[in-house]
Amino acid sequence: MVDAYFVGIAILTIGTSILALESKELIYGAIALAISMLGIAGFFLLLDSPFVAMFQITVYVGAVAVLVIFTVMLVRTQDLFSAKDDKGRKVGGIILMLLTMGGIGAIFLASGINNPMFGNPDSPPIDIKEIGKSMLTYYSPVLVVLGLTLAGAVIGALALARREGLLKENESTN
Amino acid sequence: MNQLIDFVLVSVVLFSIGIYGLVVKRNAIRMIFSIEIIANAANLNLIAFSRHVHNVEGQVFALFSIAIAAAEVAVALGIIIIAYRLYKEIDVHEFRSLKG
Repeated sequence: MVDAYFVGIAILTIGTSILALESKELIYGAIALAISMLGIAGFFLLLDSPFVAMFQITVYVGAVAVLVIFTVMLVRTQDLFSAKDDKGRKVGGIILMLLTMGGIGAIFLASGINNPMFGNPDSPPIDIKEIGKSMLTYYSPVLVVLGLTLAGAVIGALALARREGLLKENESTN
Repeated sequence: MNQLIDFVLVSVVLFSIGIYGLVVKRNAIRMIFSIEIIANAANLNLIAFSRHVHNVEGQVFALFSIAIAAAEVAVALGIIIIAYRLYKEIDVHEFRSLKG
């Protein structure tokens, strides 16, 4: 049986993620997406993973959401968002959503995961020290590569977004 | 006590919402929102299984996945800004240069 916290967080997360896609103003959508990510962090807390929850809040709610909100403000002009979604495409999308939900949900409900005794439900929560240990021993090369990837991605994004002068030259020559 | 299947079902619902957004939305930023929702659903699955199977790898992979998602958003937003400068538009149907 689920508890009240779970139901509350589930409604918050799913509701705000629908709002993120369907809100009229893009900026409200961005804020709704941040709240949805906060809900996911709440799920992580329910699952006894406070470290990952903290990481989720720092990276998603702190960095990604703010980045998205700034981009929305940069590209914000009124006429851009008047384009309506295709009616037929929307109906098709909803049908696809329900099919995915029903199909994958039915598979999971019919599988062994549905058994309350799946895995070790009564095992103690994972200690933060274990995460640190496996990150710095077995997964340490991955950590280094990940850091380089992040640095490369951020430098690449900056380089992409900063080439205004070059673009203007191209436009004038064309 | 919440069971594993509850978290998995919430994750399935989030994933389906993300798929719907990817299929229906024409606004590039909304498509990024959809991708983020799908990534979050996957992370939720990782953590839920890690807790119920008592395996530390789930949490480690979730941390890696969150970091990769942050890098991906930075690059995607850079591409959107440059496409906006080129086309004055963030409707993906108007980005025609690569269309066959």
